[in-house]
Amino acid sequence: MHRHLRDIVRFYVDGFREMTVGRTLWAIILVKLFILFAVLKLFFFRDPLRGTDRPGHVLECLTETDR
Amino acid sequence: MFSDYISTVDWSRAQFAMTAIYHWLFVPLTLGLSVLVAIMETAYVRTGDAFWRRTTKFWMRLFGINFAIGVATGIILEFEFGTNWSNYSHFVGDIFGAPLAIEGIMAFFMESTFIAVMFFGWGKVSRKAHLAATWLTAAGANLSAWWILVANAWMQHPAGCSFNLETVRNEMTSFTEVAFSPVAVNKFCHTATSSFTLAALFVVGVSAWYLLRRREEPMARRSIAVASAFGLVAALFTASTGDRSGAIVARVQPMKLAAMEALYVGEEGAPLTVLGIPRAQPVNGELVRYKIDIPKMLSLMSFRDPDAYVPGIRDLVAGNPERGIPSVAEKMERGRAAIDTLAAYRTARDAGDRAAEERIAALFDASTPQGAEFLDRNFSCLGYGYLERPEQVVPNVPLLFWSFRTMVGAGTLFILILAAMWWFNRRGTLTEKRWFLWTAVWCIPLAYLASQAGWVVAEVGRQPWAIQDLMPVGVAASKMPSGSVATTFFLFLALFTALLVAEVSIMLRQIKIGPEKE
Repeated sequence: MHRHLRDIVRFYVDGFREMTVGRTLWAIILVKLFILFAVLKLFFFRDPLRGTDRPGHVLECLTETDR
Repeated sequence: MFSDYISTVDWSRAQFAMTAIYHWLFVPLTLGLSVLVAIMETAYVRTGDAFWRRTTKFWMRLFGINFAIGVATGIILEFEFGTNWSNYSHFVGDIFGAPLAIEGIMAFFMESTFIAVMFFGWGKVSRKAHLAATWLTAAGANLSAWWILVANAWMQHPAGCSFNLETVRNEMTSFTEVAFSPVAVNKFCHTATSSFTLAALFVVGVSAWYLLRRREEPMARRSIAVASAFGLVAALFTASTGDRSGAIVARVQPMKLAAMEALYVGEEGAPLTVLGIPRAQPVNGELVRYKIDIPKMLSLMSFRDPDAYVPGIRDLVAGNPERGIPSVAEKMERGRAAIDTLAAYRTARDAGDRAAEERIAALFDASTPQGAEFLDRNFSCLGYGYLERPEQVVPNVPLLFWSFRTMVGAGTLFILILAAMWWFNRRGTLTEKRWFLWTAVWCIPLAYLASQAGWVVAEVGRQPWAIQDLMPVGVAASKMPSGSVATTFFLFLALFTALLVAEVSIMLRQIKIGPEKE
């Protein structure tokens, strides 16, 4: 079991170590994921219906029209 | 209230369109190149020829760049459903969310598990195990696309659901109807095969560049042999599924078809317009000037009958009783009755009037004759009740007209170019035809343009609907200040542009470096 786990870890470690273009790509991936989840998700993607009675709010939107 | 949020809706639409367009710059190459790489690796495993190993590793490197930079760009679209389209997300989230969740859990994990073996496993796992990982990565990528397209197809043609009045949500009643609706199946086949064509053109174009530079000739020629044959088959399938798509659209979204063809007045034996200049308003019942058309072809392609009647924009807006087509005004009345019923339920609920609540709830029970009639006659037209004018159901005709012709024209050109590429390469005369090699290089951006044009046809063509006939975009959008949507629009624009610049520059550098010496 331990041997298998060690082999899997070594597989990934060696894989990352041998990467050439991959290092730049990983830098791009990490920066991108940081922007997506740490910046955009926290500060810009807020749930507009949080804390509201969701069915009631949507029913209000569906029934209040200008017609 | 509807008109107060127009600017928010417009920003939300622009933001979604922009993120979807950028996301789609990465996806089709991933879908197609993963399969091409798997085919090349199969050649390596079958022949044991180190040449194919080197060739596979080169294209796999370009696949990896595209995958790494494009991965997770679709997550922004999913965020936007929750923030900019919260009414939509609540109204149909139980249905729409299911394929997206399956995509995340099954396909995405499958793809990302095997991609590690694909990139790190050379020389560490057996050849056959590595090949299996490569094929499973390709299968995972395409399975991801399947579930996303199931979700999109459902918006174009809602099926397999019922409305729960208490929760104000549509709920899935048949997973099979959602996952395997003819719209979803055909949409996946058309999108996947067109992506295979784009990837084939990418490989052919890059290989053509090597031939122009007189570099890597053996790799370029054998890559062209594989990619042109693969691309030709894919392009022919794309044409076939596109034809099927037209026939499906004629039945489930007739306005989209009429707008694509700029057909104002419906007719029997309707011609297919090959070229012409569309205008915004009809003159003498005609929306296209200087028209070149093929007689009866639109009827034949839409209903498999050269004399079939194809409704035009006027028929679909004003109605055509002779053909059994109701007017939009009539549907608006039916939809307004549905909205009034929802409003009565809301009043009863707020007042705690249980008797009235139960009486209204019975109307949403499809198992009773009264409920079946209400759902069929009124609730199915709910979205029309929010329209202010019947003409609002007409999408942007000139944009659709040109996008459709760009997609079809380029697709036809690709079939010819891929066939000629395969033939010249087979005869060994390709390197002499430098103009043709340059044409192949320029087909790369043209393939992206055609692919984007296809999505413009699909998405602009269904306006004003977020969900066909049930919910217009104005109701689907969140109530939020337009300024915050505008701010995030520019943030995403900057992020995606940076990613695209990174993609293009890294890709070009790697193409210039070429395959690694082994």
